[in-house]
Amino acid sequence: MSVDQATVRRIAHLARIAVKDEDVPHLQQELNAILAFVEELGSVDVEGVEPMTSVIPMKMKMRADEVNDQAGADVIVANAPQREDHFFTVPKVVE
Amino acid sequence: MTSLNELTLAQARDALAAKKASAVELAQAHLDAMEKARGLGAYVAETPEIALDMARRSDQRIASGEAGALEGLPIGVKDLYATKGVHTQACSHILDGFKPAYESTVSANLWRDGAVMLGKLNMDEFAMGSSNETSFYGPVASPWLPPGWSADKARAALATKEKAGLLVPGGSSGGSASAVAAHLCLGATASDTGGSIRQPAAFTGTAGVKPTYGRCSRWGMVAFASSLDQAGPIARNVRDCAILLRSMAGHDPKDTTSVDAPVPDYEKAVGASIKGRKIGIPKEYRVSGMPEEIDALWRKGVDWLRDAGAEIVEISLPHTKYALPAYYIVAPAEASSNLARYDGVRYGLRAPGRDIRELYENTRAQGFGPEVRRRIMIGAYVLSAGYYDAYYVRAQKIRTLIRRDFEAAFHDGVDAILTPATPSPAFAIGEKTSADPVEMYLNDVFTVTVNMAGLPGFAVPAGLSKDGLPLGLQLIGRPFDEETLFSVAQAVEEAAGPVSLPKPWWA
Repeated sequence: MSVDQATVRRIAHLARIAVKDEDVPHLQQELNAILAFVEELGSVDVEGVEPMTSVIPMKMKMRADEVNDQAGADVIVANAPQREDHFFTVPKVVE
Repeated sequence: MTSLNELTLAQARDALAAKKASAVELAQAHLDAMEKARGLGAYVAETPEIALDMARRSDQRIASGEAGALEGLPIGVKDLYATKGVHTQACSHILDGFKPAYESTVSANLWRDGAVMLGKLNMDEFAMGSSNETSFYGPVASPWLPPGWSADKARAALATKEKAGLLVPGGSSGGSASAVAAHLCLGATASDTGGSIRQPAAFTGTAGVKPTYGRCSRWGMVAFASSLDQAGPIARNVRDCAILLRSMAGHDPKDTTSVDAPVPDYEKAVGASIKGRKIGIPKEYRVSGMPEEIDALWRKGVDWLRDAGAEIVEISLPHTKYALPAYYIVAPAEASSNLARYDGVRYGLRAPGRDIRELYENTRAQGFGPEVRRRIMIGAYVLSAGYYDAYYVRAQKIRTLIRRDFEAAFHDGVDAILTPATPSPAFAIGEKTSADPVEMYLNDVFTVTVNMAGLPGFAVPAGLSKDGLPLGLQLIGRPFDEETLFSVAQAVEEAAGPVSLPKPWWA
């Protein structure tokens, strides 16, 4: 399978990565090189094989349902590139 | 007299215990060496004040008889580990200025046992790469001179931004491997998703172990592919790796995939007899186009283990050739999900946009480098509607088959598997930058199966190429049987003889 330029733009949008027009052709070429590389997987007989969900068989552990590690709002917003008081700020989302 | 930074970790530990040196002297010797080696680019952040402060406290604990297992031993930390209040960016532009308010479990375990932090080590951006060339902070040079190069020529190349022609230290833990090989730390934390501990160790004549998935906590490690990522050490020999892994490993309630099982004293396994141990030699690892010197090294490894009393058996791991392509579906898929968190809102870089969508798209376009963007896009594609079953589910089924291959070998009594670590010695910076990203991916052809099956793997220095560059052998073990790996790796190390690491031409 290979991707066309429209698909490259669609994937970039799904991944929320802005792509310049001049970058589309080489991205298409690189993605197709990777897709060609993984193509041989199509020839493997996987009939009746369970997909792996956990590489080491282990039971999911449960923890007590209680509040822990209360870092506090100051700490949580400390690394934000833009903030007001204890809020992250973003461009207007709702009109 | 040997400078203090040229001691092995075990020797330094013993020197401190015998009061032949102080932790402050040991830390200072490393800080001095780091300053002279800045051209290599191994460290992206040096933390001399923290190092000396920790060392002073170590000296006090040594004096009062409260020394921990790593008391006063200076360690470098891969930039992927969250270190409280200290540069933590996984060498990405998108995490600009990020200083975590918390400490990763693995690094916290090292400090609990008395280790001293020297700084943060360079790496491929988000651990995506095999040469350390994708780092936002520029490439790392290996301390090994390119074949035929004079020290003067190498110093001139080191002074340039590109460092073209010097050797790569491998990746993604290239800063860790380079720093260990250049004596800029006694040992380093590293991490391994497809070979990122073992390939750089093999390229630099150092030892590196990726333990079983779940052996170390992943809490506080910047996530790449969560079902494959695992922490481990790079150090100058097998024993030093054993000492470090014992401190790094252990159960952590904050990582549900970390295993609640006691951590053995791995150092006791170093030097244990391997008489009667069954070592499997997988015929599928004899890949086409493999250089004769790699094959010869592998045969030598077989002879060494046989001479040490091991029983050698040929085994078959029939799905080996599918591991690398399946990895390039599973790992990007998990990466596209994990890296969705970098949105320009909560931390790191923010590029303005007219609306929230543009803010996300501009931030991620500017913040991620080309290799990371590529992998996120492949991941988004293989997870998208209509392709999920054909790519992602199929790759996870193949992963089951890869794991079954290993289980069958272990069921037949194989204790460990011996393979080459890499298909070639180190290449030059700038050598593999063609339009085909797959060329770089092939570096991990021998290591990636181990991550896909969650097994422990060890890269141990085993000799030199015809051009005088280090080559490594890989040992693969049963789940949670790192001890056998340490014993077998030690047998390889002893048979191969000591590596003579490069003298500091860069200083």
